Amino acid sequence: MEVRDANAAMLSNYEVYQLLTELKEKRKESVKNKHSTGQQNLNTIMYETLKYLSKTPCARQSPETVKEFLTAMLPHKLTKAEKLQLLNHRPQTAVEIQLMVEESEERLTEEQIDELIQKVTDILPGDPQQEDTPGDAEMDASTEQ
Amino acid sequence: MSADTGVCCALAVDSRLSAFSRRMFLVVEMVDTVRIPPWNFHRQLNEAVAEELNKKLANKVVYNVGLCICLYDITKLEDSYIFPGDGASHTKVHFRYVVFHPFLDEILVGKIKYCSQEGVYVTLGFFDDILIPPESLQQPAKFDEAEQVWVWEYETDEGTHDLYMDQGEEIRFRVVDELFLDTSPTGPTTDPEPPANSSTAPTAATDDSAQKKEAPYTLMASISEPGLGLLSWWSS
Repeated sequence: MEVRDANAAMLSNYEVYQLLTELKEKRKESVKNKHSTGQQNLNTIMYETLKYLSKTPCARQSPETVKEFLTAMLPHKLTKAEKLQLLNHRPQTAVEIQLMVEESEERLTEEQIDELIQKVTDILPGDPQQEDTPGDAEMDASTEQ
Repeated sequence: MSADTGVCCALAVDSRLSAFSRRMFLVVEMVDTVRIPPWNFHRQLNEAVAEELNKKLANKVVYNVGLCICLYDITKLEDSYIFPGDGASHTKVHFRYVVFHPFLDEILVGKIKYCSQEGVYVTLGFFDDILIPPESLQQPAKFDEAEQVWVWEYETDEGTHDLYMDQGEEIRFRVVDELFLDTSPTGPTTDPEPPANSSTAPTAATDDSAQKKEAPYTLMASISEPGLGLLSWWSS
């Protein structure tokens, strides 16, 4: 077996989640060979990865939200990697933004960080159970600075 | 089998990867010869090939590439050949596979598996071998022998709070290093001593080949930054 390109493309968590969900549907239809010993590995990895991803924000995303989010991120001049990290993690506090955006103190002002958090919270769907008072996130962001 | 990528094509296909790109999952292009046994000849070639590739690669670590998750798509199928003595067909396939391979400095969220003197072990469910060594914990930290947990001695004006890193807690960490081990069989040892001789203790050679179950792919992580560590430490 030969690896032609170990880095052909990046995938967002959302794309992997889509792929695995579709694969799961397809495999449900062809019931017969799912349980043969050879397929056990695929079943395990699919199950575990889907379990992990369904607990992340990507499970609630759609192609439209991704497009909207990327368009909204244009004025902030973030690298592709940073935008994807924001997409995958949906940061709610300034501390999280600082982790994901390199040298955020130099590149973004406090208002810009708040604006980023606001956009992330508005555009990317959150966990309905955790969203009791959305106002808390902004309050904490400003007090933590 | 091709994935419906929709608008995400813009994300997946367009990037000419820079060394600093950070992604948990990657698409890796590979080429391999797939053997399809005769009893599968009635199936669509694409499906039979996809199944064989998943059987071979899913949930396995490829050295220096990462943990393979599932097939992304098949880009090219060359001609299938049948060789003398083997009724099966052999087809050279160009395909792309989804691989888990986080990059340096990537932020991930996992669960604490357990703690030991060596540090905190974290799991993602589908990937288990993540270690945060003691020096990369939030300092100062101490190991509580009785409870077998690491504790962050968080200092405030009112005194020190002990923050325990309990099993099952969700933890945000940064990937700082990765280690690939070649776990392919090393072949017979050239040690001339017959096995019957080692009545006392096993020789070092047999110890190594007994494989203390070395993980083929390990990640080293750190939580020594603001915002990293248990999610409960930083949430409102």
